[in-house]
Amino acid sequence: MTIVKEKFDVVVIGAGHAGCEAALACARLGLETIVFTMSADNIAFMPCNPHIGGSSKGHLVREIDALGGEMGKNIDKTFLQSKMLNTSKGPAVHSLRCQADKMEYSKEMRKVLEAQEHLCIKQAEVSEILFEEVSDDLKKEGYTNKIVGVKIFSGIIYEAKAVILCTGTYLKSRCLTGEAITYSGPNGLLPSNLLSASLIDAGIELRRFKTGTPARMDGNTIDYSKMSEQFGDTPVVPFSFDTDPKDVQRPQVSCWLTYTNEKTHEIIKANIDRSPIYAGIIEGVGPRYCPSIEDKVIKFPDHERHQVFVEPEGTFTNEMYIDGMSSSMPEDVQIAMYRTVPGLENCRIVKNAYAIEYDCLCPGQLHANLEIKTTRGLFSAGQFNGSSGYEEAAAQGLYAGINAAMQIFNKESLYIDRSEGYIGVLVDDLVTKENLEPYRMMTSRAEYRLLLRQDNADIRLRKKGYEIGLISEEQYNKLCTKIDLIDKEVTRLKNTVVGANATIQKFMEKVGTPSLKTATSLAELICRPELSYKLIEDIDPDRQAIPDDVIEQVEITIRYEGYINRQERQVEQFKKLEKKKIPADINYDDVGSLRLEARQKLERFRPTNIGQASRIGGVNPADISVLIIYLDSLRRGSADEN
Amino acid sequence: MPGVLRTFSNDTICAIATAMSDAGIGIIRVSGPQALSICDTVYLSSKKEHTLLSHEPNTIKFGYICDGEEIIDEVMISFMKAPHSYTMEDVIEINSHGGMLVMNSILNLLLDKGCRLAEPGEFTKRAFLNGRIDLTKAEAVMDIISAQNNFAFESSKGQLQGKLSSKIRSLREKILYEMAFIESALDDPENYDLTGYPEKLKAIVDPMKKEIASLIETADEGKIRKDGIKTVIVGKPNAGKSSLLNALTGDERAIVTDIAGTTRDVIEETVRLGDIVLHVIDTAGIRDTEDIIEKIGVDKAKSKIEEADLILYILDSTNEIDSEDKDIIELCKSKKTIVLLNKNDLSDNIKITEDIIRMHFSDSSNDHLPIIRTSMLKGNGISELKDAISELFFNGDIVPKQEIYITNVRHKDLLNKAFNSLELVLDSISKNLSEDFYTVDLTGAYEALGEILGEEIGDDLVEEIFSKFCMGK
Repeated sequence: MTIVKEKFDVVVIGAGHAGCEAALACARLGLETIVFTMSADNIAFMPCNPHIGGSSKGHLVREIDALGGEMGKNIDKTFLQSKMLNTSKGPAVHSLRCQADKMEYSKEMRKVLEAQEHLCIKQAEVSEILFEEVSDDLKKEGYTNKIVGVKIFSGIIYEAKAVILCTGTYLKSRCLTGEAITYSGPNGLLPSNLLSASLIDAGIELRRFKTGTPARMDGNTIDYSKMSEQFGDTPVVPFSFDTDPKDVQRPQVSCWLTYTNEKTHEIIKANIDRSPIYAGIIEGVGPRYCPSIEDKVIKFPDHERHQVFVEPEGTFTNEMYIDGMSSSMPEDVQIAMYRTVPGLENCRIVKNAYAIEYDCLCPGQLHANLEIKTTRGLFSAGQFNGSSGYEEAAAQGLYAGINAAMQIFNKESLYIDRSEGYIGVLVDDLVTKENLEPYRMMTSRAEYRLLLRQDNADIRLRKKGYEIGLISEEQYNKLCTKIDLIDKEVTRLKNTVVGANATIQKFMEKVGTPSLKTATSLAELICRPELSYKLIEDIDPDRQAIPDDVIEQVEITIRYEGYINRQERQVEQFKKLEKKKIPADINYDDVGSLRLEARQKLERFRPTNIGQASRIGGVNPADISVLIIYLDSLRRGSADEN
Repeated sequence: MPGVLRTFSNDTICAIATAMSDAGIGIIRVSGPQALSICDTVYLSSKKEHTLLSHEPNTIKFGYICDGEEIIDEVMISFMKAPHSYTMEDVIEINSHGGMLVMNSILNLLLDKGCRLAEPGEFTKRAFLNGRIDLTKAEAVMDIISAQNNFAFESSKGQLQGKLSSKIRSLREKILYEMAFIESALDDPENYDLTGYPEKLKAIVDPMKKEIASLIETADEGKIRKDGIKTVIVGKPNAGKSSLLNALTGDERAIVTDIAGTTRDVIEETVRLGDIVLHVIDTAGIRDTEDIIEKIGVDKAKSKIEEADLILYILDSTNEIDSEDKDIIELCKSKKTIVLLNKNDLSDNIKITEDIIRMHFSDSSNDHLPIIRTSMLKGNGISELKDAISELFFNGDIVPKQEIYITNVRHKDLLNKAFNSLELVLDSISKNLSEDFYTVDLTGAYEALGEILGEEIGDDLVEEIFSKFCMGK
């Protein structure tokens, strides 16, 4: 066969949630991009749960949108139900979650990809990455080789300046239901069995991770009368900052809540030795935070029940997703255990629960821009990097896509630090931590979450998206207007004082708040828990009409000012260490007093600044002091030379 | 050293570790990878051989320090092998004769052979950087070196043994547990129930706050115990101020004459009354004066009173209280004061009694004003004075009753910071804010406490602390 060579700027391997964002970002920035998928009919496929968003993941979706990604817009088009979670708590943990129509989600994303200029979709298995030796200059930066393209199974070569690995759970994957093992990708899709060997050839270290999914039930066999109905919110708040709220007010589909019970747990305990994990058949490490029902029963032996949400997979099917009961138990145990749950007594399983094992990247091999350290131009995102979840994948896909483009344009990388976004926390954790299990985004991982709210993702990140070129002039101007309105309104409310006169006191009484002792600013009134911006309208005659999203920011800014200020001071402290750069060519053997473990960890992760170094497991504060002093002496040394 | 990178642990440092005086024995300490090999070049065993390289760790060898053929001193050499040494590096200690000349000769010899002179505090810095001690311990070393009295020494020793560290650590652990609980509940609401949690947290934070407050409270006493009591002696000319100072110090530094106004300047003396250290300042007699030189002294005295921890007000009990005395009493009213009624030996001529004094002090902050009858001439009343001081500052307990005293300003500031953060946590609870707000200030408290231990990385903290260290430690 003659060797056919095709030329692209960027090759994206995989068209899941990471791959779609990566490919769209590159193509939108004008780079000729090709995205490979094992199945073009399963683009942006959701092989596990049918939601987008949720606690802290909703933040990621908002941030993706702020930077110019697609996920938020796509779910706004295709959700079946939408809910703002944790509204009883502070604004930092409010999080939007949507039930997706899986088929529609995938179809809509496919349309977006197909309509995108500079973007090709190709159904094929990439079997090899192609690389060559690097120049001495690049060697100094730590690269051992340089990507030049990929080869697909048929032998055709696609040359590229950058390749982005978004292989999800498909690399040498196998699915386990008890003793039954299928060598396939999720949901019976083809696995990708060849690429791993080629990555290992390039010097990349791989490991095995595991994740799992619950059974899908025939909806006709479920007795919903024994479950409690879970409704969506009205009105619905859209995910995307560009979606008109009017466009998302539509009829919603309900979910259902039921519980496991002692019988369920008995069955699980009696059969625990048949679980491939507990029997030792699964070598891959699973996520603690997304545990199977077996794990939950073992981990919380005194819990009498666990929540089970029964959720629609879409309007194209009556299959229901049994959220909270993922499992890798054998089929007979599954049938028995699901049937103990109220409402599922007569259920029939359409698709068994299963665990899936796959190859992914060992930690310590990623630069902060998601490029693989040894291979110039090879980026990676999503589950391949050891994360789990659609949103985590999409966020990394966007980040890697942008940074591949920045490298091709010879521009500075996009960098979001831990105080700027959940994306920053996610990437930093993946880059600096060992992550011995699939990494899931969680609110608790963000130290500065009062600043990193889902409601202000646009204020935090749109400017970056604009500078990159994924946010248009018009979108950016809209944001500037919003910020301006917020500032002016906050100032006005702080400076508008109402006197303790009879009219005001009467109003105070009417709204059920203590009367004024002295003249008080409107801002102070808003701080009272029983009052709000809208409630004090009557005593604020100068008020101009402002949009709801502006009101939200104004209220949060005023109410939580003290907390926000204190957190900002913590951020200042954090930034000091982030600003202490570590030279790329540092030789840790020169830093004499470092303990061996710290030296090895630093050598492996090669952090770019002191802050990053301090977060690497096994590097303690004394090691950091050593490093700071060493860097100081370097600086002084070079100053002396001059 | 222009252009030369100096990484502290690739080189070997040395310094004289004992006081630079002509004492009986002096120690020169050497630490670093070449400690053994460098010392070997200058050491000869009793059989005149270079045998240091075969020196068993943790033993002492007798021998000579030689510069070529010339023997400088007879020494004992001890060797502590890394990591079982103070710095966790190879350490050699040369016990020489204590003469300054000898020690300097040995030091210079070592410098010639490739050692570098240690910077102040560098040995301890290495111990810290090599992970042997934490920051509070490092600070304690600094304090032990400069300890002025037994208390300062004991308290620093306590700190070095980690009493403060373990207390702070246990506070931090408690905070961390609560932070982790809140986080877990946020991430996994199904399995972590927050019902009733604010009350629970309040019940945990309240005592923690008290614990920190009581640590902070020890700071003033701790400082006084460690640094001594700043004491000012005031009184009219010729009331016996200088005699008092002399009685305390036991020598005649201040000029004692019968001519009023002889003490023209401020004299400062450190006095030890058992475990109590007084920094005593004798002032020029406070009186309206036209004499310019004396006036400077009087102004200084007034400003010294402002800074003082304790005023010893001495009166001549054979004279009536006049307007000058009243001026002095005004100055004393807001300060801890002890009144000494002097010249009590002239008993037939007593004009001032305790009651008269108490009347004049009736509107002062001194509730239980100690008044002591003294006779400087006969040396009476000094032990009563000591008891009164101890009562006034340590509730009579000269022996510290607390296990931990905060004696370091940096620690006090950080404890205050932690205290304020915990107060803000309670504030959030009382305002019914949701749990996620508590973490902002729990984190604040956690970090402040961590900074005390050096477990939160403060910017230039390490450099700052170690620059204060003295040489050789």
